[in-house]
Amino acid sequence: MSPMAASTERVPTDRAAARCFARTHLAPLATRFDQAGSIPSETLDRVGAAGLWAPFLPVGYGGQGASMLTVGQVHEEIGHACSSVRSLLTVHGMVSWALLRFGTPGQREQWLPRLAAGSVLGAFCLSEPDAGSDAVNLTSRAVRDERGWVLHGTKTWITGGQRAHLFLVFARTGAGIAAFLVPRASEGLTVTPIPGMLGTRGSMLARLTMTGVRVGPDALVGPDGFVNGMVMTGVLDFGRYSVAAGSVGILQACLDACAQYTAHRKVGGTALRDRQLIQAKLSDMVTDTRAARLLYEAAGRLKDQGDADTLMATWVAKYFASTAAARHAAEAVQIHGAVGCTPGHLVERLYRDAKVMEIIEGSNEIQRITIAADAYRKDVR
Amino acid sequence: MSHNDPSAVVAAFLQQRFPHVEIAHDEDIFALGLVNSLFALELVMFVEKTFGFTVPSDEMRIDSFRSIDAISALVDRQSATV
Repeated sequence: MSPMAASTERVPTDRAAARCFARTHLAPLATRFDQAGSIPSETLDRVGAAGLWAPFLPVGYGGQGASMLTVGQVHEEIGHACSSVRSLLTVHGMVSWALLRFGTPGQREQWLPRLAAGSVLGAFCLSEPDAGSDAVNLTSRAVRDERGWVLHGTKTWITGGQRAHLFLVFARTGAGIAAFLVPRASEGLTVTPIPGMLGTRGSMLARLTMTGVRVGPDALVGPDGFVNGMVMTGVLDFGRYSVAAGSVGILQACLDACAQYTAHRKVGGTALRDRQLIQAKLSDMVTDTRAARLLYEAAGRLKDQGDADTLMATWVAKYFASTAAARHAAEAVQIHGAVGCTPGHLVERLYRDAKVMEIIEGSNEIQRITIAADAYRKDVR
Repeated sequence: MSHNDPSAVVAAFLQQRFPHVEIAHDEDIFALGLVNSLFALELVMFVEKTFGFTVPSDEMRIDSFRSIDAISALVDRQSATV
């Protein structure tokens, strides 16, 4: 941990603390992160010192026992400042959540304290070059032998992959798609950076090539069989929840930027704020931001209650929030005109980051299929 | 219907989720094609919230959730350990 991290006093994680952290340590540097295509180690250390990596982990594992509602609010505030850092929180949280929910006592003892502190960073590895995140067509495989498991295959677009220490890798076994803990130092594992993505450019994406990667029998997360699909579904649910909250952060950032800009910018002697077409755009931003926030917060409360309805509530929240973020980020650029198209301008970055939200943790097309299927399953009488 | 009759509670949950399917208490809900990974997680969450325990890893297997009767037996086993 860098010496700078020690200067960040740890306070109980909540929306206010996360907002203070984000506006002090992330927002002023987010454009630099975006242009550099990475987050510096001292910033990652600050995130850990502030207790933001996985605050939902129990105190006994070094977390804060934060509610999932709080986690969503934290991810909104981080997403308001920097979607790249929020994306790292997402995948790190997915790995932490999987171990907390489905890990063995030994796996939890070994990894959760370090994941809580951020001394070990986690990454989620599902997507493949020829399958995307379509689990049915994954080709990575894990073969069991007397010493554990041997993994072969390629994973790509792995958020945080350039920096992560622990990969949660999904691979096909005889019983389905199972999740494995693969340390970065594993022999046969090659990590290749993927630079220059459209959005969340600082989130340090990578491709993983596994050529006979050997892991022990304790690398499997959850019993092989019934649990396999649940690990993936549960982890993706956490990811979608985080993306929904992060999308609200983008929405709020668009709104803040547009309100500030139009309050001062004059065109033809008239302030933009007095133009009704501008007012219409801002009113829609306000409304969608509030609606999206209500949706993810409702999903978070259901998670805290252990209510199975949280799964569909999260699908709906992610779909609504991400599409609204993409739509209003485009409007934010439109409102700013050429200024908003300038490299390094806030709304230019928000526009690129928002588009990514419609694709990750299940594309919005898949989400609409799932939401419709649920409607037919439960709502048709 | 009370938690003293877990099979009735589970049956009601399944009826709500699949209103167009008649499910006998000993019927294999996996064989009926009702259980995908999304519903499997919903089912586990429902059992845990409704009956107030966390399903231990050694019970995280298809046989524990195969039918209404199997789930009811799981609830009985966990209740006995409390």
